[in-house]
Amino acid sequence: MTTETLEPTTEVLPIDPFSAAFAEAQPDAEVPTKELVIVNWSGELDRIWPTLILASTAAASGVRCKVFVTFWGLLPFVRDGVRLTGDNWMQRMLSFMQQPGIDHLKLSKMNFFGMGPWMIGRLRKQYNIASPRELLDAATALGVEFIPCQMSMDMFGIKREDLIDGMGDPAGAATAIEIMTEANASLFI
Amino acid sequence: MATLEITTTVDAKGLSCPMPIVKTAQGVKPLPSGALIELLATDPGSVKDVAAWCRSTGNELVEESVEDAVFRFVIRKK
Repeated sequence: MTTETLEPTTEVLPIDPFSAAFAEAQPDAEVPTKELVIVNWSGELDRIWPTLILASTAAASGVRCKVFVTFWGLLPFVRDGVRLTGDNWMQRMLSFMQQPGIDHLKLSKMNFFGMGPWMIGRLRKQYNIASPRELLDAATALGVEFIPCQMSMDMFGIKREDLIDGMGDPAGAATAIEIMTEANASLFI
Repeated sequence: MATLEITTTVDAKGLSCPMPIVKTAQGVKPLPSGALIELLATDPGSVKDVAAWCRSTGNELVEESVEDAVFRFVIRKK
Protein backbone atom coordinates (compact mmCIF):
# COMPACT_ATOMS: atom_id res chain seq x y z
CA MET A 1 0.00 0.00 0.00
CA THR A 2 2.79 2.48 0.89
CA THR A 3 5.15 3.55 -1.83
CA GLU A 4 8.46 5.33 -1.89
CA THR A 5 7.31 7.95 -4.37
CA LEU A 6 6.79 11.58 -3.51
CA GLU A 7 3.27 11.43 -4.85
CA PRO A 8 0.59 12.33 -2.31
CA THR A 9 -0.89 9.19 -0.84
CA THR A 10 -4.45 9.03 -1.86
CA GLU A 11 -6.41 6.24 -0.36
CA VAL A 12 -9.93 5.71 -1.54
CA LEU A 13 -11.93 4.37 1.33
CA PRO A 14 -15.09 2.49 0.52
CA ILE A 15 -17.45 4.31 2.81
CA ASP A 16 -20.41 2.14 3.42
CA PRO A 17 -23.01 3.73 5.71
CA PHE A 18 -24.37 0.29 6.48
CA SER A 19 -21.13 -1.26 7.67
CA ALA A 20 -20.38 -2.07 11.29
CA ALA A 21 -17.38 0.28 11.14
CA PHE A 22 -19.69 3.10 10.18
CA ALA A 23 -21.90 2.50 13.20
CA GLU A 24 -18.87 2.03 15.45
CA ALA A 25 -17.47 5.44 14.61
CA GLN A 26 -20.55 7.00 16.18
CA PRO A 27 -21.28 9.04 18.13
CA ASP A 28 -18.83 11.92 17.99
CA ALA A 29 -16.60 12.35 21.00
CA GLU A 30 -17.36 16.05 21.04
CA VAL A 31 -20.73 17.09 22.41
CA PRO A 32 -22.89 18.68 19.72
CA THR A 33 -24.01 22.15 20.61
CA LYS A 34 -27.18 22.18 18.54
CA GLU A 35 -30.19 19.92 18.61
CA LEU A 36 -32.97 19.16 16.12
CA VAL A 37 -36.18 17.37 17.06
CA ILE A 38 -38.57 16.00 14.47
CA VAL A 39 -41.99 14.67 15.38
CA ASN A 40 -42.56 12.01 12.76
CA TRP A 41 -46.33 11.74 12.69
CA SER A 42 -46.95 10.69 9.10
CA GLY A 43 -45.96 7.34 7.71
CA GLU A 44 -46.20 8.38 4.09
CA LEU A 45 -43.36 8.13 1.60
CA ASP A 46 -43.31 11.83 0.73
CA ARG A 47 -43.13 12.81 4.40
CA ILE A 48 -40.86 10.17 5.86
CA TRP A 49 -38.36 10.96 3.13
CA PRO A 50 -37.65 14.55 4.25
CA THR A 51 -37.76 13.38 7.87
CA LEU A 52 -34.97 10.88 7.21
CA ILE A 53 -32.97 13.21 4.95
CA LEU A 54 -33.03 16.01 7.54
CA ALA A 55 -32.33 13.64 10.43
CA SER A 56 -29.33 11.97 8.76
CA THR A 57 -27.95 15.29 7.50
CA ALA A 58 -28.34 16.86 10.95
CA ALA A 59 -26.43 13.99 12.52
CA ALA A 60 -23.77 14.23 9.79
CA SER A 61 -23.45 17.96 10.50
CA GLY A 62 -22.79 17.44 14.18
CA VAL A 63 -26.32 18.39 15.20
CA ARG A 64 -27.83 16.01 17.73
CA CYS A 65 -31.09 14.72 16.31
CA LYS A 66 -34.04 13.08 18.02
CA VAL A 67 -37.10 11.82 16.18
CA PHE A 68 -40.29 11.25 18.13
CA VAL A 69 -42.13 8.56 16.19
CA THR A 70 -45.88 8.64 16.61
CA PHE A 71 -49.21 7.61 15.07
CA TRP A 72 -48.94 6.63 11.37
CA GLY A 73 -45.27 7.50 11.58
CA LEU A 74 -44.70 4.38 13.65
CA LEU A 75 -45.63 1.93 10.90
CA PRO A 76 -42.50 2.37 8.72
CA PHE A 77 -40.43 1.51 11.80
CA VAL A 78 -41.94 -1.94 12.10
CA ARG A 79 -39.40 -4.68 11.43
CA ASP A 80 -39.43 -6.42 8.02
CA GLY A 81 -41.82 -9.32 7.68
CA VAL A 82 -43.69 -8.63 10.91
CA ARG A 83 -47.42 -9.22 10.60
CA LEU A 84 -49.11 -7.16 13.27
CA THR A 85 -51.54 -9.53 14.88
CA GLY A 86 -52.60 -7.11 17.64
CA ASP A 87 -55.20 -7.96 20.24
CA ASN A 88 -58.33 -7.58 18.15
CA TRP A 89 -59.72 -7.51 14.61
CA MET A 90 -59.44 -3.74 14.24
CA GLN A 91 -55.67 -3.76 14.79
CA ARG A 92 -55.34 -6.65 12.33
CA MET A 93 -57.51 -4.79 9.84
CA LEU A 94 -55.46 -1.58 10.14
CA SER A 95 -52.27 -3.56 9.61
CA PHE A 96 -53.83 -5.05 6.47
CA MET A 97 -55.03 -1.69 5.14
CA GLN A 98 -51.62 -0.09 5.66
CA GLN A 99 -48.91 -2.72 5.51
CA PRO A 100 -46.17 -1.74 7.96
CA GLY A 101 -42.48 -1.50 7.14
CA ILE A 102 -40.16 0.94 5.38
CA ASP A 103 -40.70 -0.73 1.97
CA HIS A 104 -44.49 -0.34 1.97
CA LEU A 105 -44.97 3.40 1.97
CA LYS A 106 -47.82 5.22 0.28
CA LEU A 107 -47.90 8.78 -1.02
CA SER A 108 -49.97 11.44 0.74
CA LYS A 109 -51.20 12.55 -2.68
CA MET A 110 -51.37 10.91 -6.10
CA ASN A 111 -51.06 7.44 -4.61
CA PHE A 112 -53.36 5.94 -7.27
CA PHE A 113 -53.44 2.47 -5.70
CA GLY A 114 -49.66 2.22 -5.68
CA MET A 115 -49.01 3.72 -9.15
CA GLY A 116 -47.58 6.92 -7.60
CA PRO A 117 -45.09 5.21 -5.27
CA TRP A 118 -44.06 2.87 -8.10
CA MET A 119 -43.27 5.80 -10.37
CA ILE A 120 -41.45 7.65 -7.59
CA GLY A 121 -39.43 4.48 -6.99
CA ARG A 122 -38.50 4.27 -10.68
CA LEU A 123 -37.48 7.95 -10.74
CA ARG A 124 -35.52 7.53 -7.53
CA LYS A 125 -33.45 4.73 -9.06
CA GLN A 126 -33.01 6.60 -12.32
CA TYR A 127 -31.56 9.60 -10.49
CA ASN A 128 -29.66 7.52 -7.96
CA ILE A 129 -31.42 9.00 -4.94
CA ALA A 130 -31.10 7.20 -1.62
CA SER A 131 -34.19 5.19 -0.67
CA PRO A 132 -36.00 5.63 2.66
CA ARG A 133 -34.45 2.33 3.75
CA GLU A 134 -30.92 3.52 2.94
CA LEU A 135 -31.59 6.82 4.69
CA LEU A 136 -33.02 5.06 7.73
CA ASP A 137 -29.93 2.86 7.97
CA ALA A 138 -27.67 5.90 7.56
CA ALA A 139 -29.62 7.89 10.17
CA THR A 140 -29.45 5.02 12.67
CA ALA A 141 -25.73 4.54 12.03
CA LEU A 142 -25.10 8.27 12.48
CA GLY A 143 -26.68 8.14 15.91
CA VAL A 144 -30.11 9.66 15.29
CA GLU A 145 -32.28 8.78 18.27
CA PHE A 146 -35.72 7.40 17.38
CA ILE A 147 -38.23 7.48 20.23
CA PRO A 148 -41.43 5.47 19.69
CA CYS A 149 -44.69 6.74 21.15
CA GLN A 150 -46.04 4.27 23.70
CA MET A 151 -49.67 5.28 23.21
CA SER A 152 -49.48 4.74 19.43
CA MET A 153 -47.80 1.37 19.97
CA ASP A 154 -50.67 0.32 22.24
CA MET A 155 -53.31 1.53 19.83
CA PHE A 156 -51.83 -0.21 16.78
CA GLY A 157 -50.94 -3.33 18.76
CA ILE A 158 -47.21 -2.87 18.11
CA LYS A 159 -44.87 -4.48 20.61
CA ARG A 160 -41.33 -3.37 21.33
CA GLU A 161 -39.92 -6.41 19.50
CA ASP A 162 -41.99 -5.58 16.39
CA LEU A 163 -39.95 -2.40 15.93
CA ILE A 164 -36.59 -2.23 14.15
CA ASP A 165 -33.33 -2.40 16.07
CA GLY A 166 -31.96 0.87 17.35
CA MET A 167 -35.26 2.39 18.50
CA GLY A 168 -35.05 4.08 21.89
CA ASP A 169 -37.29 3.41 24.85
CA PRO A 170 -40.97 4.17 24.23
CA ALA A 171 -42.13 7.45 25.72
CA GLY A 172 -45.07 9.85 25.75
CA ALA A 173 -46.14 13.41 25.07
CA ALA A 174 -44.30 14.87 28.07
CA THR A 175 -41.03 13.54 26.67
CA ALA A 176 -41.88 14.99 23.26
CA ILE A 177 -42.59 18.39 24.84
CA GLU A 178 -39.39 18.29 26.86
CA ILE A 179 -37.12 17.49 23.90
CA MET A 180 -38.96 19.92 21.59
CA THR A 181 -38.68 22.85 23.98
CA GLU A 182 -35.01 22.15 24.64
CA ALA A 183 -34.10 21.81 20.95
CA ASN A 184 -32.88 24.62 18.71
CA ALA A 185 -35.41 23.60 16.08
CA SER A 186 -38.34 21.22 16.08
CA LEU A 187 -40.48 20.04 13.21
CA PHE A 188 -43.78 18.21 13.01
CA ILE A 189 -43.82 16.19 9.80
CA MET B 1 -3.17 19.73 -8.53
CA ALA B 2 -1.29 17.49 -6.16
CA THR B 3 0.24 19.98 -3.81
CA LEU B 4 -1.91 19.05 -0.84
CA GLU B 5 -1.53 15.75 0.93
CA ILE B 6 -4.91 14.15 0.73
CA THR B 7 -5.50 11.44 3.31
CA THR B 8 -8.83 10.14 2.12
CA THR B 9 -10.97 10.46 -0.96
CA VAL B 10 -14.71 10.14 -0.74
CA ASP B 11 -16.19 9.25 -4.08
CA ALA B 12 -19.81 10.40 -4.05
CA LYS B 13 -20.14 10.72 -7.81
CA GLY B 14 -23.64 9.93 -9.00
CA LEU B 15 -25.13 10.20 -5.52
CA SER B 16 -27.87 12.63 -4.60
CA CYS B 17 -28.52 14.70 -1.52
CA PRO B 18 -27.85 13.93 1.31
CA MET B 19 -25.46 11.05 0.62
CA PRO B 20 -22.38 13.12 -0.39
CA ILE B 21 -22.60 14.91 2.96
CA VAL B 22 -23.36 11.74 4.92
CA LYS B 23 -20.36 10.01 3.33
CA THR B 24 -18.09 13.00 3.87
CA ALA B 25 -19.09 13.15 7.54
CA GLN B 26 -18.23 9.48 7.85
CA GLY B 27 -15.01 9.96 5.92
CA VAL B 28 -13.63 12.67 8.20
CA LYS B 29 -14.58 10.82 11.37
CA PRO B 30 -11.56 8.50 11.68
CA LEU B 31 -9.09 11.20 10.54
CA PRO B 32 -6.85 13.21 12.86
CA SER B 33 -7.36 16.95 13.20
CA GLY B 34 -5.79 18.83 10.31
CA ALA B 35 -6.07 15.94 7.87
CA LEU B 36 -7.27 16.65 4.36
CA ILE B 37 -10.15 14.86 2.76
CA GLU B 38 -11.14 15.05 -0.87
CA LEU B 39 -14.76 14.77 -1.94
CA LEU B 40 -15.80 14.06 -5.49
CA ALA B 41 -19.44 14.66 -6.32
CA THR B 42 -21.68 15.24 -9.31
CA ASP B 43 -24.66 16.64 -7.39
CA PRO B 44 -24.79 20.38 -8.24
CA GLY B 45 -26.47 20.98 -4.87
CA SER B 46 -23.28 19.87 -3.15
CA VAL B 47 -21.62 23.21 -3.98
CA LYS B 48 -23.81 25.02 -1.46
CA ASP B 49 -24.22 22.01 0.80
CA VAL B 50 -20.53 21.28 1.34
CA ALA B 51 -19.91 24.94 2.24
CA ALA B 52 -22.88 24.87 4.66
CA TRP B 53 -21.72 21.59 6.15
CA CYS B 54 -18.22 23.02 6.69
CA ARG B 55 -19.71 26.05 8.46
CA SER B 56 -21.90 23.81 10.68
CA THR B 57 -19.12 21.45 11.62
CA GLY B 58 -16.21 23.89 11.78
CA ASN B 59 -14.19 22.01 9.16
CA GLU B 60 -12.39 24.14 6.61
CA LEU B 61 -13.15 24.11 2.89
CA VAL B 62 -9.66 24.51 1.46
CA GLU B 63 -10.28 24.08 -2.23
CA GLU B 64 -13.12 23.65 -4.63
CA SER B 65 -13.08 23.10 -8.34
CA VAL B 66 -15.12 21.56 -11.11
CA GLU B 67 -13.90 19.46 -13.99
CA ASP B 68 -16.02 17.51 -16.47
CA ALA B 69 -19.11 18.08 -14.32
CA VAL B 70 -17.37 16.55 -11.30
CA PHE B 71 -17.12 18.82 -8.29
CA ARG B 72 -13.99 18.40 -6.21
CA PHE B 73 -13.76 19.70 -2.66
CA VAL B 74 -10.79 19.54 -0.34
CA ILE B 75 -11.69 19.83 3.32
CA ARG B 76 -9.38 20.18 6.30
CA LYS B 77 -10.66 18.49 9.42
CA LYS B 78 -11.14 20.73 12.43
